[in-house]
Amino acid sequence: MSDPGASGAGLERAAASAVGDLSHVDDSSQKQGKPRSLWSDAWGELRRKPTFIISLVIIFIVVVMAAFPSLFTSVDPRAANLDNYLKTPSADAWFGYDVQGYDVYARAIYGARASLLVGLFSTLLTVLIGSVVGIFASYAKSWVDSLLSRFGDIFAGVPFVLGAIVILTTFNSPTENPSAVRIITQVVLSIAVLSWPVSMRIMRSATLVAKQQDYVKAARGLGASPLRIVFRHLLPNTVAPVLVYATIALGAFIGAEATLAFLGIGLRPPVVSWGVMISESRDYFQAAPHMLLFPAGFVTITVLAFVILGDAVRDALDPKSR
Amino acid sequence: MGRYVLRRLLQLIPVFIGTTFIIYALVWAIPQDPFAGKCGQRPCPEAYISAMSDKFNFDDPLPLQYLKYMGNVITGDFGDTFSGISVGEQISTAYPTTVKLAIVALLIEALIGITAGVLTGLRKQGFLDNLVLVSTLFLISLPVFVTGFVLRLYLGPQGLDLFDVGVDATDPTFAQLILPGFVLGSTSMAYVARLTRSSIAENRHADYVRTAIAKGQPTRRVVGVHLLRNSLIPVITFLGTDLGSLMGGAIVTEGVFNINGIGGLIFRGIQEKEGITVTGVVTMLVLVYLLMSLIVDLLYAVLDPRIRYE
Amino acid sequence: MSRSRSVSWLAVPVALVMTLSACGGGTSSDSAAGGNEDGTVSIYGTEPKANLLPANTTEAGGSKAVEALYTRLVGFQPEDGKTFNLAAESITTADAKVYSIKLKQGWKFHDGTEVKAKNFVDAWNYGAYAPNAQQASSFFAQIQGYDDVAPAGEGATPTAQKMSGLEVVGDYEFKVTLKGPFSVFTSQIGYLPFAPLPDAFFADPKAFEAKPIGNGPMKFVERTPNALIKLERFADYQGEDKVHFKTLDIKIYSSQETAYQDLVGGKLDFMEALPPSAKIGDKHKADLGDRVLNANLLGISTIAIPYYVPGFNNLDLRKAIALAINREQITKTVLANSYTPVDGWVPPGIEGYEANTCADFCKYDKVKAKEYFTKSGFTGKLTIQSNADGGRKEPLEAACNSIKDALGVDCEFVGATNFGAFRQIVDGKQLTGLSRSDWSADYPSIENFLNPIFKTGASSNDSAYSNPAVDAQLAKADSTADKNEAIKAYQEAHKLIAKDLPSIPVWTEKGIGGYSKNLSAAKLTFKRDGQLSAFRVKA
Repeated sequence: MSDPGASGAGLERAAASAVGDLSHVDDSSQKQGKPRSLWSDAWGELRRKPTFIISLVIIFIVVVMAAFPSLFTSVDPRAANLDNYLKTPSADAWFGYDVQGYDVYARAIYGARASLLVGLFSTLLTVLIGSVVGIFASYAKSWVDSLLSRFGDIFAGVPFVLGAIVILTTFNSPTENPSAVRIITQVVLSIAVLSWPVSMRIMRSATLVAKQQDYVKAARGLGASPLRIVFRHLLPNTVAPVLVYATIALGAFIGAEATLAFLGIGLRPPVVSWGVMISESRDYFQAAPHMLLFPAGFVTITVLAFVILGDAVRDALDPKSR
Repeated sequence: MGRYVLRRLLQLIPVFIGTTFIIYALVWAIPQDPFAGKCGQRPCPEAYISAMSDKFNFDDPLPLQYLKYMGNVITGDFGDTFSGISVGEQISTAYPTTVKLAIVALLIEALIGITAGVLTGLRKQGFLDNLVLVSTLFLISLPVFVTGFVLRLYLGPQGLDLFDVGVDATDPTFAQLILPGFVLGSTSMAYVARLTRSSIAENRHADYVRTAIAKGQPTRRVVGVHLLRNSLIPVITFLGTDLGSLMGGAIVTEGVFNINGIGGLIFRGIQEKEGITVTGVVTMLVLVYLLMSLIVDLLYAVLDPRIRYE
Repeated sequence: MSRSRSVSWLAVPVALVMTLSACGGGTSSDSAAGGNEDGTVSIYGTEPKANLLPANTTEAGGSKAVEALYTRLVGFQPEDGKTFNLAAESITTADAKVYSIKLKQGWKFHDGTEVKAKNFVDAWNYGAYAPNAQQASSFFAQIQGYDDVAPAGEGATPTAQKMSGLEVVGDYEFKVTLKGPFSVFTSQIGYLPFAPLPDAFFADPKAFEAKPIGNGPMKFVERTPNALIKLERFADYQGEDKVHFKTLDIKIYSSQETAYQDLVGGKLDFMEALPPSAKIGDKHKADLGDRVLNANLLGISTIAIPYYVPGFNNLDLRKAIALAINREQITKTVLANSYTPVDGWVPPGIEGYEANTCADFCKYDKVKAKEYFTKSGFTGKLTIQSNADGGRKEPLEAACNSIKDALGVDCEFVGATNFGAFRQIVDGKQLTGLSRSDWSADYPSIENFLNPIFKTGASSNDSAYSNPAVDAQLAKADSTADKNEAIKAYQEAHKLIAKDLPSIPVWTEKGIGGYSKNLSAAKLTFKRDGQLSAFRVKA
């Protein structure tokens, strides 16, 4: 848990606590028998929020950047020319050149893909593991439940940055040249392994609340199988808190990627990511701040967009805040 | 309450064992050779390797190694590093610095965070409110090392020269830790502000506040006594949890400012493969972390009379 | 509430806080030597990786303290590494095989006992004896009887505790017999493992480790792990390398950047190397002015082309790679002028250095490079491996880009997280491409740039190079008694190696250090150390 912001662990913790209320209120509006559902209500509110629109636009641009980098630049991010060593931003290269004479702008554009992939896959994996274990725990016998909870505590008890360093140094067997896919997979796995307990807790408590609802009891009384209950009745009701958590976590994980790369254990060449660029700028920050500031700006704006989005969605889904 | 504490303490034991064992296994079962690079550009002599393998029980199976190690730790012996430095001594020099840094960071985040939160919570939707909202989100999104580098460069001797960025290796003064403490506490500061703000806003319309106003009490007293006291409960528990994390040392912040704390110790330990340092420090940190979270839970019970533990 | 608070305070481990006296001290002393004889000097240091025994110290962190704690038989001139007698009165030999060493009388250890011949002999025997597991044990390998105390091979047990080649003749005289003629021995004994150890060490090694007792210009005061090693001037020191200040603080830093900021800010007095950021755009010259120090270093950077990697046993490929690296441009840009290109495997400043040994191939020539590359028929991808930290990555990535550009072959830098991980790959012969292979000499001799690197099976033979002709020539040089003749023989070996290009010489580092405004003088040696005797604290 050291360095709350850097690791994303603090962010996540706050996301989890923000979500805490949601699991208890999300279906209260349904109970009131309003004609419109919670979701269309929320959508109606979100559409009018400028922060929501802005963050969506930013995220859309970043996603396009990751998918089709060549739309944004025609420069090869791996084309080095030492004649351009540390040149500052100019009309030719908007963000200047780095130590190797690479174009910083081109690299920042191409770096979006790896950074976003890490965020996306870490979130998916975290939510997936957390949800499965969380739902299972809330359904299982009480000793299994507490066993799983304690098991989650084991991973939550390891400080995030520390755990990631230990895991990544351990499995970074240096005796081979890892491919880009393998490097990304390693980082994704270590983030997920250390983060799943949070989403497990959210899912578990949301399920526990939902289980007590009359319609769930009714469905069970009518003889519906547990699987059917989970998929038809429980999951739809737990989506809201998980969605909010996932949005904020995605941002947090992109920040975590940057931090791990900065420490020299996250993504590394041949992968180009914002984190890799930031770690490459370390020694040159004073002489050439543009090497750090541009990729760091990309990270900050992207994380900001996800956090604002999560914030807005939470507010919209929480009837209390209206 | 006594039974609750006891039960929580018992629950800590498996978590403690699980966490430390995983770390121990990761550190020592590393498929890497612990002697690589230890002797400079040359490989280590065989005699040295076998002497050190004996010392760290490398030849035993892993669970036995772990048991032997834990046995020593329980008696207070954290072992010696490859270079013969006592890990206990390393921890006892590094830890006071980390605790100091944690306290400075906590004070800064509490002071600025609560002030900003109270001001905006009382007057929602104004310019100040928006400013705080945006800047807190920005702080949350900014990676700590970026904050650290930028502040160090622009506020340090090479920039505006407002802060002396050098931090003494042992026993740094509180003044030296203000800038690192600010960087370390910046993210949490944003949360404290947001948490205070929403808590105040929520309680402002609570019945007891309305009653107090209706009774004709002065606003200052209503805010200072009734509103603040109740609104700060979640904030204080948040700060408590945060102190727990801060005590774990800040690898990044300590790295950026070259502070000789627990975070730096552990990072160097991992890089230089001083497994004994890593396991020792982690064991202690996990213990501190678990105890802190227990204390926060109890604190919550003490502060909020509505919560009762059975 | 109050109860909880007291509990939370108990959770904070109460630890011992060492208090350290602040730097300098305001007292002025009017010394004639042009400096404050009672002053304090703080120098940059890193945490030692082993205990502070001379024969167990093989890396920079520990050497800082050990160098000052122990004086050897000979010392080196800071500029060129020529030897002069320190503890030795005279060293004589007729055949470069049997050396007779006489000690100066009246020299003392820090505990007051006299430095005698047996202190040297005992210390050397201790260092060599395999069960003592001293890291620099192999330095004694030239002495007769070494194989009995440290037999090669796994599980081999020593048959003797003492080397038969060492013989105490009197209190102040001993005789060393080597396995064969070895003219470099007179330089080698200036190296750390050849320091004497006092009787106190053999009486209680454990206590000694905690508080080492040496015979050097400085004595041990205290050590705080990861923070500080404190030494103090030894008043009874007899050598000519006396220091002119009282206290030496070796401050442990985890980052050179921070140390450099302290240096500029006057909180640290000396750094023997500056961080990359300080060298970009000559920032250090602006920051330090005339307090920048320069020295020739005994190091060389090469790129090894391991013979065991498939396709690499190909001389044309080696020539192509050697010609494809634009050394001039890389040293001027990425390396920020802190390195200079080299054209051989022995750097300038070493006795026996010859210019242009590799001149035909160690110059950037895109056209010729491409020609050789086509001729080599190599297909596939090239990689350069190294640890990525400590500024190692940038120049090699640039070299890779240069190769890519010149040869039209894909080249990629592959980084290991740290030196340990990287050495594991190299030592385990698990390289899959080119590799960084830097060498920093133990003692200033052409021999030390050839034997450990190019002899078949040598400890730092990263390319796994083996050429019987080279081995024979090196053996011949080793056993040549006359120093000048020996150097000539080594030069021949050097030329043979140049024909095979087992590794590609690229550049050599310029020693760039600096001192703070608290000092009025300091000196940087060829070993990238501070010459402590040249330090003067401002009065």
